[in-house]
Amino acid sequence: MAETTQKQKPKGGGGGDGESPKDGVQKLAKKGEELKEEMDALVDEIDEVLEENAEEFVKNYVQRGGE
Amino acid sequence: MAIPKVMGTEIEYGITIQNDRDFDPISSCVLLVNAYREDHTGTILWDYDQENPLADARGFQVDGEKYTPNQQENIARNKTLVNGARYYVDHAHPEYSCPEVTNPRELVVHEKAGERIVEISRREANALLPPGTQMLIYKNNSDRKGNSYGCHENYLMDRRTSFKQIVEHLMPFFVTRQVYSGAGKVGTENRAHPCDYQLSQRADFFETEVALDTMVKRPIINTRDEPHADREKYRRLHVIVGDSNMAEPTIYLRNGATAIVLAMIEDGAIGRDFTLRDPVRAIKEVSHDPRCRQTVELSGGKRLTAVQLQREYLELALRYDASSLGDWTGPVLERWGRVLDALEREPRDLAASIDWVAKLVMIENFMERKGVDWQSPQVQMLDLQYHDIRLEKGLYYLLERQGKMERLASEEEIKDAISQPPEDTRAYFRGRCLRKYADQVFGVNWDSISFGIGDEPIKRVMMAEPLKGTKAHVEELLASSRDAVELVKNLRA
Repeated sequence: MAETTQKQKPKGGGGGDGESPKDGVQKLAKKGEELKEEMDALVDEIDEVLEENAEEFVKNYVQRGGE
Repeated sequence: MAIPKVMGTEIEYGITIQNDRDFDPISSCVLLVNAYREDHTGTILWDYDQENPLADARGFQVDGEKYTPNQQENIARNKTLVNGARYYVDHAHPEYSCPEVTNPRELVVHEKAGERIVEISRREANALLPPGTQMLIYKNNSDRKGNSYGCHENYLMDRRTSFKQIVEHLMPFFVTRQVYSGAGKVGTENRAHPCDYQLSQRADFFETEVALDTMVKRPIINTRDEPHADREKYRRLHVIVGDSNMAEPTIYLRNGATAIVLAMIEDGAIGRDFTLRDPVRAIKEVSHDPRCRQTVELSGGKRLTAVQLQREYLELALRYDASSLGDWTGPVLERWGRVLDALEREPRDLAASIDWVAKLVMIENFMERKGVDWQSPQVQMLDLQYHDIRLEKGLYYLLERQGKMERLASEEEIKDAISQPPEDTRAYFRGRCLRKYADQVFGVNWDSISFGIGDEPIKRVMMAEPLKGTKAHVEELLASSRDAVELVKNLRA
């Protein structure tokens, strides 16, 4: 029953032992940039697949109740 | 001692045909399920003789007309598959009921195989539609216009456990488990208080605590008493309160935690009273708070958050000896604790494993980048398209492809489950009979299979024990029976 361990997102920045506060801030900024790039890439991919005419699309999606 | 928690899910999918002004859901569903031709089990009947959806677990029979279609309609609407599943038309929705499994990880594999089967038939059906139109299918539970369709879980329970006990201990659990089992929804419906985003697709639709209905005035606990097994020994708890989930860990935890709590109820291991003052109100309060800070009121006046209440159940579960259920409970308990910790700390840390969080984080990123708000039609589209079952278009699948979702099942396992039944339940016997003797199978139900052999009367083989008919039990029998005549003869020997 192999269950993979959960991906924990690293907590942003902070800096460890022996780092000056300046290093910490730079690291944090870099991490922030990375996250933003990742987020932009995701939104770009969503743009590619998202249905066009969203307003019309969601309006027309009507189901009869089920169960 | 609690009995093994044989389980399964019935998923109703949303269906539409793009650019078809005359879209008719029922004929579209019939087209869809008949487009699935991998199995060659096309003319087998669903055996309605064994069904009784009007029996109530509180001990009475409700008046009403039992649905029994004529033979032609029956064949057109019902497909029983070689993996032991049922794929059929239920009212105006395609529905996939997975074969019986014995643990939540296996359930993930088979529920996912169901998504693939529906997608395979959607592609086939599409090829038959006029150019410019397209069939689309969603594994969600609402059209956001007040119409809901279900994801029903089933669990085998001991008949000796009183239904009253089940209701008492399950109600607070069901009201609060949505903090990890919700599929997420933009906005509210069915006259609920407005909010931007909520945990559950379904919470807005529950209007009463306990009842037999599933379509109107929906109850948090459904009383349908149709065990599809020996009714002296078993009940089948029919759970209608859940959402259709996409994320594998969400499906896993939803079914795993619920099965453990049910075993505890059978063993009298919940010695505490968590009765809520107003469960119907509480289920919406919990759903409408994505920060997971909202408290609900217990009958004694005490207030707890949903996460705190879930932790009470978890604490009891950690002290409970779950060994009679099999070796799967340890990892479920471990995850349950980990998820509750994260919900208390920062729910966003669960974006890789819990549906409502994954969807919320995706939508927030989109809104920030695009400068749009919750009322944007694009945001509503994101909500819907998260559940699109097309691997190349569905947004859950996009997140999966980008490695943002945690997986519990391998693609190979899912592919196998499309054509192979589970080996440790009666689904094995059902599936293998359909594979080997399809031409001689006359009708199927969960607890029976009947053979039509020449001019002889129909021979019905009963399968009243969900844990009999396993590979270990019947592999040899099936191997030594060349056709159904021999099988029936060998069964009698």
